[in-house]
Amino acid sequence: MKLTFRIPGPLLAFTGGRAVVEAEAAAGPVTVEAALGQLWRLYPGLRDRILTEQGQVRPHVNVFVGPDSIRDTGGLSTPIGERAEIAIIPAVSGG
Amino acid sequence: MVATRQVSPKGGDALVMVGTMKGAFLFRSNASRARWERGGPYFPGQAVYAMAYDGRAGRGRLWAAPESFHFGAVMRSSDDFGKTWSKEEEGSIRFPEDTGASLKRVWQIAPARAEEPDVLYAGVEPAALFESRDRGKKWSLVRGLWDHPHRPQWQPGGGGMCLHTVLPDPSRRERIHVAISTGGVYRTDDAGRSWRTAHKGVRAQFLPDKHPEFGQCVHKIARHPSRPDRLYLQNHWGLYRTDDAGESWKDVANGVPSDFGFGMAVHPHDPDTAYIVPLESDEFRCTPDGRLRVYRTRDAGKSWQPLTRGLPQKDSLETVLRDALATDGFEKAGVYFGTRSGKLFASRDSGTSWTQVADGLPPVVCVKTAVASKPGGRSH
Repeated sequence: MKLTFRIPGPLLAFTGGRAVVEAEAAAGPVTVEAALGQLWRLYPGLRDRILTEQGQVRPHVNVFVGPDSIRDTGGLSTPIGERAEIAIIPAVSGG
Repeated sequence: MVATRQVSPKGGDALVMVGTMKGAFLFRSNASRARWERGGPYFPGQAVYAMAYDGRAGRGRLWAAPESFHFGAVMRSSDDFGKTWSKEEEGSIRFPEDTGASLKRVWQIAPARAEEPDVLYAGVEPAALFESRDRGKKWSLVRGLWDHPHRPQWQPGGGGMCLHTVLPDPSRRERIHVAISTGGVYRTDDAGRSWRTAHKGVRAQFLPDKHPEFGQCVHKIARHPSRPDRLYLQNHWGLYRTDDAGESWKDVANGVPSDFGFGMAVHPHDPDTAYIVPLESDEFRCTPDGRLRVYRTRDAGKSWQPLTRGLPQKDSLETVLRDALATDGFEKAGVYFGTRSGKLFASRDSGTSWTQVADGLPPVVCVKTAVASKPGGRSH
């Protein structure tokens, strides 16, 4: 299945400037966690910016599948369907 | 978009690294330190609580630990005085999985002794010490401190649960002092394998037991390089000196308007001379009476004198944080401090007179000094 990731501006240094990254995932049921694994495979440096070293999404980073924040849909275990679009967006919080 | 200015220091130039809540800056001057040129902001928008300069083994390497509010803290280094920086994914500080901890902030970057030119330390939040033995390429948790039985009971202060000061002993290969808010001062004599408290005599004003085994809220410790068993300590209430590497501390708050404060620095050549910036109280963490005064002792704390020449003495409610006061190594010592209101002040006569070097910076959280060891650009 095809995955599309949207990368926020502050992280473009990790993707060679690509704001949209496409990847293939294995067929069948896939979770956000597995999908992000495909993104880390392409750009390993991204992982520690989006997740803590303990594997949790950083508190001020939001991950959306389509229009839905994964905080409301089961976190990294959220299942995703065909042609999923995953957007990584910094929260509006900040100092 | 903010433009980053660059500076090109020459060997022998004075460098002042300034970390702020919104980026880092590098000030340079020739050895006269009469006029300063400003580089930065580097990492605009990111908080930089820790900076350092590693001039060992022919290097001229700047270190900074920029911290994105959203994407976390990373270690960056530059061999050309800030023109280019190492990649974000290189040399990360990561807690091992079994600790269950995640890096929140890097509070301190400390090159080890000159005889160990490949070793660096980092003090972080949550309170822990990391060590690199390959010039900062890989970092590992110092387990001896992490596994200390006191650690689960350390409590965060207003700045967070931080290990904010790391002082390798220049004369004793395996001795390091660290300071933790709030835990206290801990010392190792075996290169980090085992640690014990080194804050006997330091009061914990804010606890029912004023002399607990640990839990002192030490804001800063400073070691004199030529007399390494002498350290000064600014506590959350209290000023102290030790002459026996922390076995015992003596109250030296003699003639100060308040013994509350954060920063503490020693004169580079005279172990009897130290500097503080007293603040009114923990309730009102600003300079007392609206006067911005650095206090200097020249007799190891028996007395302190206010230094005011060139510093605002009216309506000046300033805050100087724990890592924002520093001295340089020049023969005629320079003293520097930054304020939460974004001002940077400098003295080139050991504190007797002051000039304002910068205004309008973001809140200053760290001020570090160095002498540029070379023009820059040399590789690892």
